[in-house]
Amino acid sequence: MQFDVVIVGAGHGGAQVAVMLRTQKFEGSIAIIGEESELPYERPPLSKEYFAGEKEFERIQLRPARYWDEREVTMLLGKRVVAVDPAAHTVATDGGETIGYGKLVWATGGHPRVLPIPGGDLPGVQGVRTRADADADAMKAASETAGQIVVVGGGYIGLEAAAVLNKAGKKVVLLEAQNRVLARVAGEELSRFYEKEHRDHGVELHLGVCVDAIEGDTRVTGVRLSDGEVIPADLVIVGIGIIPAVAPLIAAGADCANGVRVDRLCKTSLPDVYAIGDCAAHVNDFAEGAEVRLESVQNANDQANVVAKGIVGDEAPYHAIPWFWSNQYDLKLQTAGLSTGHDQAVLRGDPATRSFSVVYLKAGKVIALDCVNATRDYVQGRMVVSAGLEAGPEQLADIETPLKELLSV
Amino acid sequence: MPRIIFVEFDGTEHPVDASNGLSLMEAARDHDVPGIEAECGGVGSCATCHVYIDQEWVAVSGAADRVERELLEMVEGRCEESRLSCQIDISHEMDGLIVRMPEAQGF
Ligand SMILES: Cc1cc2nc3c(=O)[nH]c(=O)nc-3n(C[C@H](O)[C@H](O)[C@H](O)COP(=O)(O)OP(=O)(O)OC[C@H]3O[C@@H](n4cnc5c(N)ncnc54)[C@H](O)[C@@H]3O)c2cc1C
Ligand code: FES
Repeated sequence: MQFDVVIVGAGHGGAQVAVMLRTQKFEGSIAIIGEESELPYERPPLSKEYFAGEKEFERIQLRPARYWDEREVTMLLGKRVVAVDPAAHTVATDGGETIGYGKLVWATGGHPRVLPIPGGDLPGVQGVRTRADADADAMKAASETAGQIVVVGGGYIGLEAAAVLNKAGKKVVLLEAQNRVLARVAGEELSRFYEKEHRDHGVELHLGVCVDAIEGDTRVTGVRLSDGEVIPADLVIVGIGIIPAVAPLIAAGADCANGVRVDRLCKTSLPDVYAIGDCAAHVNDFAEGAEVRLESVQNANDQANVVAKGIVGDEAPYHAIPWFWSNQYDLKLQTAGLSTGHDQAVLRGDPATRSFSVVYLKAGKVIALDCVNATRDYVQGRMVVSAGLEAGPEQLADIETPLKELLSV
Repeated sequence: MPRIIFVEFDGTEHPVDASNGLSLMEAARDHDVPGIEAECGGVGSCATCHVYIDQEWVAVSGAADRVERELLEMVEGRCEESRLSCQIDISHEMDGLIVRMPEAQGF
């Protein structure tokens, strides 16, 4: 088999490359090789509406099945790429097939990090990355019968899963190793706000705890902490991040570090090989030129567009403002920019009203906003971050002044 | 099944027999109507599903809520008729509804 463009990974990024190539009237042959057996679908609902049973699977598919036929995108699903031969321009699958490419787009995301402790792989210990994870018997059964569910990891996915299970009437215990939730992605004000929300809803939250082992013979019965305490659990949901799925690229000699390194056109160090989305380490204009790996739909989509346009000869470097959302309970968090590296955080509005924003500054410049039930701040925040607004903390804290007005000062 | 007519900015019409219960955005996506991107999958965070609904249909389509209005404040090509198509659920009263699309999506 030989295709002009081979996309590895049938997720958000991979699907968008094919969609954008056809939108750009690319007439060459396109194949998507995906390890999951599903046509491309949205991942965010896996810890939200789909997990809660509010949306069926058909509604979260990125495109209806016939779209891919009509656009002549060959779907090679249930196949994992295990090797890349950059000289021969071929990839090999776990089934032993060799597939030739003109251009290769690596859009594999990552696999959930597994707890590196005894019992970390017992039945009933579950990551949340794929439909299969969300549909796993353990999850289904537990959501119906479980007495107590332990969530390990207070990142967005863990918090969202905790909120859904709590709403479904489950007893949820959430364990976080750091001294606050969302420590990797947000400032302290936001962490404390979400901690209080979860506690007020009845989630038992333990911060700064270390999980030593998962207990159980044939399946999980509890989680043992380093102080010896055992928290009973019928299901353990683990949300402690992903490991970028780039082993075949490393083996092929691509420059890799925390994912595969790409340039501003999303090209790897291998000829004719691009990489995008969760697995791609790139220099981001909104991270003050730091090399980052972003895990968001925005990043996967926008990098996909950069690659598709590059392939049809319309090269333009990646420059898109990062944005993200998270839904927990009746709280809609919307973020613009990247807060990592901020040296000042300004609270805008009162968290007690459950509608407020945190504005992040670096050297006096607004670099990001986390907006909770504050969509107006979010949309104006996108402009403010794009414009690189410099503003004082008093101005930013003044909720009477719309953020966009600060731009004209 | 209500028939909805999506109209691209250049005037190209796409009549779609839509299923009740889905959103207008989902109907457009499932029938491959160009011009609606819907990056956030319908959660009201991207504003790339912006459309125009004529005033005469407001009784049927309903009015935008606060979040939707705030999201629309900054979109390109905003006007009185602006709506986010992911926030409008299709019902049988929408038979014949005309949904026009802006020149570009997003902020
Ligand atoms: C539960 C959950 C909730 C989320 N919520 C949000 C949210 O609210 N907002 C937001 O912006 N982002 C959210 N994200 C993140 C977002 O889904 C990802 O950033 C996005 O899916 C990244 O797209 P991608 O194409 O890089 O990878 P993916 O969508 O993960 O697709 C990669 C695909 O490649 C496959 N693959 C891996 N290795 C191989 C191989 N060797 N051969 C073949 N196929 C392979 C994988 O199985 C997978 O199907 C969430 C993610 C999860 C898991
Ligand atoms: S699809 Fe994102 S706001 Fe409607």
